[in-house]
Amino acid sequence: MTEIARMRWLLHKDFLILRRSRVLVAVLVVYPVAIALLIGLALSRSPGKPKVAIVNLAPPGATVELGGSKVEVGRYYSQLFSEVQPLKVKTRAEAIEKVRSGEALAAVVIPANIAAKLSSVLSQGQLEVIYNGDALQQSLAQSKIQAAVAQANLEISLQIRKLASRGISLLLQGGDLSQLGINQKRLLGLEQLPKVLSRVIARVPTARDKQELQRIKELADFAASNLNLSRNVLATIGQPVQVRSVLVHGRRTPLDTFAVVVAVSISLMFVCVLLAAGGIALEREDNTLPRLLRGPPGSGGSGGAGGSLISREGLVAEKLLLAGACSLVLAFAMLAGIGAFVTLDWSRIGLWLLALVAGALAFGALGVAIGALAREVRAASLLAFLLSLPLAFLALVPAGAVAPGVYDVIRAVSVVFPFKAALQALDAAVNGAEPAIAGSLAHLLALTLLFGILARIGLRRT
Amino acid sequence: MSDAPILSASGVTKRFGARVALHEVSFEVRSGELVALIGPNGACKTTLLSVLAGVQAASAGSVGGQGGKVGWVPQQPAVYTKLTVAENLALWAHLERVADTQDTVRRMLEQTGLTKRADEQVGRLSGGNRQRVNIAVGMLSRPAALLLDEPSAALDPIQRGRLWEFVRGLSANGTSVVFSTHNVAEAERYAGRVLVLDEGRLLLDGSPQTLLREVTGRSEAADGVDFEEAFVAFLRRSRV
Repeated sequence: MTEIARMRWLLHKDFLILRRSRVLVAVLVVYPVAIALLIGLALSRSPGKPKVAIVNLAPPGATVELGGSKVEVGRYYSQLFSEVQPLKVKTRAEAIEKVRSGEALAAVVIPANIAAKLSSVLSQGQLEVIYNGDALQQSLAQSKIQAAVAQANLEISLQIRKLASRGISLLLQGGDLSQLGINQKRLLGLEQLPKVLSRVIARVPTARDKQELQRIKELADFAASNLNLSRNVLATIGQPVQVRSVLVHGRRTPLDTFAVVVAVSISLMFVCVLLAAGGIALEREDNTLPRLLRGPPGSGGSGGAGGSLISREGLVAEKLLLAGACSLVLAFAMLAGIGAFVTLDWSRIGLWLLALVAGALAFGALGVAIGALAREVRAASLLAFLLSLPLAFLALVPAGAVAPGVYDVIRAVSVVFPFKAALQALDAAVNGAEPAIAGSLAHLLALTLLFGILARIGLRRT
Repeated sequence: MSDAPILSASGVTKRFGARVALHEVSFEVRSGELVALIGPNGACKTTLLSVLAGVQAASAGSVGGQGGKVGWVPQQPAVYTKLTVAENLALWAHLERVADTQDTVRRMLEQTGLTKRADEQVGRLSGGNRQRVNIAVGMLSRPAALLLDEPSAALDPIQRGRLWEFVRGLSANGTSVVFSTHNVAEAERYAGRVLVLDEGRLLLDGSPQTLLREVTGRSEAADGVDFEEAFVAFLRRSRV
């Protein structure tokens, strides 16, 4: 009871100090929220369209002629332009200047002979791409342009396939050849040929003629059935691979709500770790730790509360409570605030709180352990910051993004640092994502215990 | 003064790894005694006071006494700089479970002459006034013995005068006071007894006159002999 009363007085003191440190509180709130929102936005939004200078040297209204039909080259360009922010320029030199000045990240030159090249079928059309900027910008522009070219090629190939398919249909079923640009009367289809031949065979008197006509009929049968297959073959060649998405593990979390979870977890981590570390380091900086923890003469401080003003466990719990309460309020307010813009399932609010409390406890224990190691508040804050930020980023690295060995190391680091477990717990609580919340909560409680013990050991250095 | 020791050290040894900081230090302090702990830098005066205060554990030996609580005033003020003087005193009084907190705070403010500064944040006070708050916190629980580690180190002559007046008042009222100091003249002037510590060994336990006699070899009072010179000579002789 005495221990709890003393913890209450220390809490009261810490809140009083916090109230007087307005700049610190403002930084503690604004900085992590800003970082969290930036990371959230970065995660939820795809990269913007790069500015690309386009030089179209092809004559206006140029068309590609395939099998007598015309495909407008303009459709190809519009597909290309939709993936970038096009800056239309007239000459190649002008395009190079735009790239050099940095106004455009890249330039695409569409040659004058593109329509002729595509019409010839025998040779490929060629685009010239001019890059500038650093490696990252080049990579972005390159991937965007390559994706756009692939999409445009697919569009052209679809047109060609349609034309080819129409020709095959005419061969099979017969009809008016003028739609293929051939000036001829109605054509007999391969599928009708066997019936016509059967009728002719019945009328032919000699056995030798019958036999030869029968062989022609068999050829027509074979040709018709195989030509029918070629339509499917064309479709397969036009788009050999299609994507069908199957999620093997867990419930899929929409990117925007996952970004919310990441943003809230980062804020929870920063406020909690920094406050807990700063709180305990302030006791050391003000030289009050020995006075609080000293025991009866000769004892060298308390193992429990006997003789000392507060036990080490009590002090760890008090700082944990302080940091946990403040960060919990901030994280919940953030979650509720963002909930006004992103659809969240409010019926799961109990689970949200559970995940936030468990996360706050683990982060608080980590913060107290850091604070117990440092001798002053600035050192503790710097240590907390330097440790938290990279480890949080590591926890966000997806499997397959790095070499397997490196990923194993990242996973091992993430297991002993509360961020990933807190993120998974909150994702499960907010989005019902896998893994289930119980495992993450148990993980966080184990980390709370581990860092609590480390903090207690750190406090022996009074 | 009663004969029962308020505070006693018996064979106190303190080790830091292989290094022995305190070598079987033994002494007793009785009620109302004003004892100076003197010694050169590195004598482990602070370590001895820390062990007596319960901040550090003795590696061997024991610390005890029949008195009640032991107050401790570290060399660096151990108070919250963001709290006011009154808030600090009230907080430490609550933590010490002092019965009448408000009355105790008022009394300590009066005793230390800080009533007018009660609402100022400690971080904005001068070094001397901080030290007064530090001492006031050490005195909150009305300890039977008070340990002061270099209490006058950061003070100007006027503040030092006030401090010793205050400490002598405590001693006169029955509080046992053990203080460490570099200023051996203070020890001679204010202490009834001196403990000379060098390299963790207690070399002398007696009155300032005892130390003078040890150096001059005279059995009568050694008037006119400079105490600081005698102290230095005593240390040199002890190290031979």
